[in-house]
Amino acid sequence: MAASLRCFLRSGKVGTFLVTVRDALNQAMDEELERDERVFLLGEEVAQYDGAYKVSRGLWKKYGDKRIIDTPISEMGFAGIAVGAAMAGLRPICEFMTFNFSMQAIDQVINSAAKTYYMSAGLQPVPIVFRGPNGASAGVAAQHSQCFAAWYAHCPGLKVVSPWNSEDARGLLKAAIRDDNPVVFLENELMYGVPFEMSDESQSKDFTIPIGKAKVERQGSHITLVSHSRFVGHCLDAAAVLAKEGVDCEVINLRTIRPMDVECIEGSVMKTNHLVTVEGGWPQFGIGAEICARIMEGPAFNFLDAPVTRVTGVDIPMPYAKILEENSLPQVKDIIFSVKKTLNV
Amino acid sequence: MKTMLAIISNALCRITGRSAGEQTVSEGARVVASRSLSDFTPQATFDIKKCDVHRLEAGPPVRAELTREQGLQYYRTMQTVRRMELKADQLYKQKIIRGFCHLYDGQEACAAGIEAAINPSDHLITAYRAHGYTFTRGVSIREILAELTGRRGGVAKGKGGSMHMYAPHFYGGNGIVGAQVPLGAGIALACQYQGNNQICVTLYGDGAANQGQLFETFNMAALWKLPCIFVCENNKYGMGTSVERASASTDYYKRGDFIPGLRVDGMDVLCVREAAKFAADHCRAGKGPIIMELQTYRYHGHSMSDPGVSYRTREEIQEVRSKSDPISLLKERLLSNNMASVEELKEIDIQIRKEVEEAAQFATSDPEPPLEELCNHIFSNDPPLEVRGTNPWSKLKSIS
Repeated sequence: MAASLRCFLRSGKVGTFLVTVRDALNQAMDEELERDERVFLLGEEVAQYDGAYKVSRGLWKKYGDKRIIDTPISEMGFAGIAVGAAMAGLRPICEFMTFNFSMQAIDQVINSAAKTYYMSAGLQPVPIVFRGPNGASAGVAAQHSQCFAAWYAHCPGLKVVSPWNSEDARGLLKAAIRDDNPVVFLENELMYGVPFEMSDESQSKDFTIPIGKAKVERQGSHITLVSHSRFVGHCLDAAAVLAKEGVDCEVINLRTIRPMDVECIEGSVMKTNHLVTVEGGWPQFGIGAEICARIMEGPAFNFLDAPVTRVTGVDIPMPYAKILEENSLPQVKDIIFSVKKTLNV
Repeated sequence: MKTMLAIISNALCRITGRSAGEQTVSEGARVVASRSLSDFTPQATFDIKKCDVHRLEAGPPVRAELTREQGLQYYRTMQTVRRMELKADQLYKQKIIRGFCHLYDGQEACAAGIEAAINPSDHLITAYRAHGYTFTRGVSIREILAELTGRRGGVAKGKGGSMHMYAPHFYGGNGIVGAQVPLGAGIALACQYQGNNQICVTLYGDGAANQGQLFETFNMAALWKLPCIFVCENNKYGMGTSVERASASTDYYKRGDFIPGLRVDGMDVLCVREAAKFAADHCRAGKGPIIMELQTYRYHGHSMSDPGVSYRTREEIQEVRSKSDPISLLKERLLSNNMASVEELKEIDIQIRKEVEEAAQFATSDPEPPLEELCNHIFSNDPPLEVRGTNPWSKLKSIS
């Protein structure tokens, strides 16, 4: 209450208040569980522990054992069970404690979920959401820090979504749960605790954000920055610094990785003539690589005044020591540097 | 003539003190053969092999009742599957079917027996040796063969092939060994969740029995008491590897450890049916999952690219054919108990051959799917989307 009041006084805007990404996800799931009794949540520690990262806090207390299911540590098994339940008419939300553990279950995500509607020529839909934190956290080292956006986005039959702020999280999760297809929902652990202003309209129980549409977070004219998840914030920070030096950045939040909103990027590039992609994942065969290829194949290529620049995670397994970890991921200064190089200023 | 035989038959019945309508016979007993429909034995009870049990006080009954109608129905089902698979063999050798083709001949009693024990509203999922179950779960022969030949009239419009056929309450047809087992438990979870008293039969082979995901599934199914019958079709070989070479324990009905199990003669359709009924009752009573190991045999190799004789002898195959063929076993029972006549069964065989031939005709003459439909069915219930073709100028359309 106090937080919202402070926010109102500070922003002076009527009808906005602060919600963390975690709470936005929690509220979205709560509302969808209430709306459709076929929806249920399963995963490790989602029920009695309130969620390993507290994203499902309070849900077990409200909905009980039938709708919120604690599983043993059996990713391949419970992911397969979730897919089977989806095939038989339920609408499961399958949580991976982190997407690193989804590798154990990746066969069920790809071969049992993603491909089935096609293989059955439309006889068997699979309405399932796989969600959980993706990418680097803080100090969790190599086996717990991988970004799976490129891996999952490679596969036809999947939708891959990567929210940045609370409004993204709420609208995209509701859309994902209501979607009749398998959706991989990539959250970010470092974003869970970050509060964002939410608009009035986002509070409607039927508020959804369309999957497959990017959002221009900041309008600009000199250069386009495209990013997803946590690094959208880094891009906006870089844009603020650059603005003071007279460089005007347009920042696009992809929101969805697959299907990617290429038209949005193209439209922006045709205006600014310069493009920098920013991601936390590794460079090779990644999101930025795909954007480069798509830009080259489309109408925006002829509007480029310089090659596209990719800002990515360093091409190494994630180290542990703080100084090493910090220097393994794009920092605001790396984005600023890359923008200036691309603009040749 | 008819009346004469009827008089003799009735007289014999009076002599032996049995009623004409119902007889209890043991294996090998013979009754005077009658040509009149009304003189066929309408029902008989047969001794069946006792099942080995694991963590169960009692097993399925050791006697099975069979009506004439049921007998003819099971015969028809098994014979249809047999002829359909042999036709697929033929079409494969003519290169009209390509890719993977895993044939089910020899194992017919498993599919027929299970279907006889469950309801159409129950659910079933199996692995890639799926043509038999695709048929018993309601898909027509022509839709199955046309799917194998990759035509638009196939059950999956030619997009799935041998291992990816689906029907209501039948979830394929799955290509990744063992992956269908967690799926089946998930289907059972949905039954429990929806409180509809339905169960899921989840099949796998002796090869898949060693997959880790099975044990993950057994644990969760038992924990949550999912109404799931796990069926191991043990046909003695996982591709070219015999069970002794693959498994530290070949007691597949015990591999569920804390889950009760049955070991069943999978070549006897009545044995399979009684065991499956027992298992279904167990699940519906809320007792949780149960495992059924069906001891069976495949006449063909693992797939059409495996002759099937490098890891087993022709003598072994021949021995099973002559002593344990599931169709022959049922036929002998029907004939020796006057539940059907030789002519009648022959007539059924001819009918089935004709049906299979017609289906094959359809499967070879139906056109291939149109290229315009290449990209359809990526997403369900979505607006049309654009799909990249092989080159950047190739923009293809995908509709749900």
